[in-house]
Amino acid sequence: MGLLRAGGAAVNQIATRILTHPRETLQATWKQWWSHRRLQKIALDLLTLVVLGSGAYFVLIPLIWMITRSFMRLEDAMSTRWIPNPFTLEAYYKIFVEDRFYLYIRNTAFVTIMGVIGATLSSALVAYGFAFFRFWGRTALFMILLSTIMLPGEVTMIPIYRIFYQLGWVNTFLPLFVPSFFAPAFFVFLLRQFFMSIPQDLIDAARIDGASSFRIWWQIVLPLSRPALLTVIVFSFVGHWNDLLNPLIYISDSDKYTLSLALLAYKNLYFNYVNAMMAATLVTILPCVLLYFLAQRAFTEGIITTGLRG
Amino acid sequence: MKAWISPRWRRIFGENLTGYAFITPWLIGFLGFTLWPMMYSFYLSLTKWDVFNPPQFIGLENYFRLLHDPTFWKALRNTIYFTSLAVPAQITVALFIALLLNRSIPGRGLLRTIYYLPTLIGGAPLGVLWLMLLHHRTGIINRFLAFFGIEGPAWLIDPVWVIPSVVLMTIWGVGGTIVIFLAALQGVPRELYEAAEIDGAGIWARFRYITLPIISPALFFNIVMAVIGSMKVFAPAYVLFTAQGGPQEAGLFYVLYLYRKAFISFEMGYASALAWVLFFLILTLTLLIFKSSELWVYYEREVRR
Repeated sequence: MGLLRAGGAAVNQIATRILTHPRETLQATWKQWWSHRRLQKIALDLLTLVVLGSGAYFVLIPLIWMITRSFMRLEDAMSTRWIPNPFTLEAYYKIFVEDRFYLYIRNTAFVTIMGVIGATLSSALVAYGFAFFRFWGRTALFMILLSTIMLPGEVTMIPIYRIFYQLGWVNTFLPLFVPSFFAPAFFVFLLRQFFMSIPQDLIDAARIDGASSFRIWWQIVLPLSRPALLTVIVFSFVGHWNDLLNPLIYISDSDKYTLSLALLAYKNLYFNYVNAMMAATLVTILPCVLLYFLAQRAFTEGIITTGLRG
Repeated sequence: MKAWISPRWRRIFGENLTGYAFITPWLIGFLGFTLWPMMYSFYLSLTKWDVFNPPQFIGLENYFRLLHDPTFWKALRNTIYFTSLAVPAQITVALFIALLLNRSIPGRGLLRTIYYLPTLIGGAPLGVLWLMLLHHRTGIINRFLAFFGIEGPAWLIDPVWVIPSVVLMTIWGVGGTIVIFLAALQGVPRELYEAAEIDGAGIWARFRYITLPIISPALFFNIVMAVIGSMKVFAPAYVLFTAQGGPQEAGLFYVLYLYRKAFISFEMGYASALAWVLFFLILTLTLLIFKSSELWVYYEREVRR
């Protein structure tokens, strides 16, 4: 009770102060509150959230628009509404049953999986060579490798076309993934950086135990490099899956179209079928997004396990 | 064997052999898919070649022809105009978002993932999606503007708005740049900010004299990558404007023209010359940025007066 009374007295005092000197009191209170660091932080955080949230809104709106449209009937998809009503799989029926998108998914998956296997294994081998062996001209060769990262592909595109043309590989899947089997320079660079952090003692110990260089690579270096390998897998997957230029150059037979190529042809044929266009676009995008989410979890896992081990 | 080669030499020889064995895939690839194609492409740029008949040597004629080819100049102008708009726009937006994302706020991981999403979308679906979004009547961008009583432009039809449309699209996909900025921002020591705050430095001063110098290597990297990427735009532009380059060729990017010459009209020699000019342009721009970086990129351990 005594506390309450004391509190009441304080409130009375403040009230009379506000009434007698309104401006000064408010300014002082404001200053006092603002100088309160926590409050300042909360205000700034709120502002940050509002700005970032509206940014995220602009990033997501096109994607949401695409998703909802793909579940609409054609006449609804042309309208301004946001919620598919009635909800229908009409567009998916069209692209999968009438327009054979399953075929393009299969083609793209084949090219991508071959490309990812080739790129990951070959660049891991080469990076291992650069990281753990001393050989004549190693530094010079590595500098050359780094400089090829900057080389625009347009310069080598035409002669490479000639190579595949003479091999009779035009209009096959081979030109789309075979180059990946020769260690893409950027991945070699990335993996070598990671391999350099593996303690040399570990390699030496395995060697003393009689393990061959190849076995050390397979049983020690690769398992330790899971996060880096995953990064390479995600990058090469996204690169192959999304490639448009190479399929455009090499593939002419519509049975061998990849998704990107099919989507392009689809756009020219059915531009007004908004729902089917959006379903086709979504199907093309989805695998990369899913892989990214899966790998993201594994990345964190990799970090946690390495943290525990260290 | 053991008698005449000392074990030390045997070990060195062995290590060389294994080393080379491991890098063989790259060596073959480098010779077959980089070095030889580079030399051959330079040779081709001095020839007339239609794929079906053997190349015919014509000296520097392709390069002279380039100088008098109005379409080449048009494509070059478009690409440079695009680069000059897209690079500053991308870098500013990405840096701004990265700075905000670097604050410890709730939902940060989710927001970062959202901003990264568009970078996973390939050229073809990106082009198709934006073709729909930018449609002057039914696209949501003009509907959004109409909501505020603004009549949006005919993005992909009006030649004036063609390049800004593509800039808008690339800003949407700026997540990769954001991630690199974020990584750099995480390396800024917190003590510096605290010290500066005690000295009474405001937000802008802290950004200008602490954050910016420390993240300048990342800024440099992002600018170089953005310039190279902008000069080489192909897939989404191909979807939006085809190899013809859209209305009045306003969307004819350099690589679209190169592709048209190489694989539609099969003027492989001329296209090779175009490729070498592009290579030279990118090299020059990169070197210019490298040269200028001595003035504004700050590396640790470097003492500044």
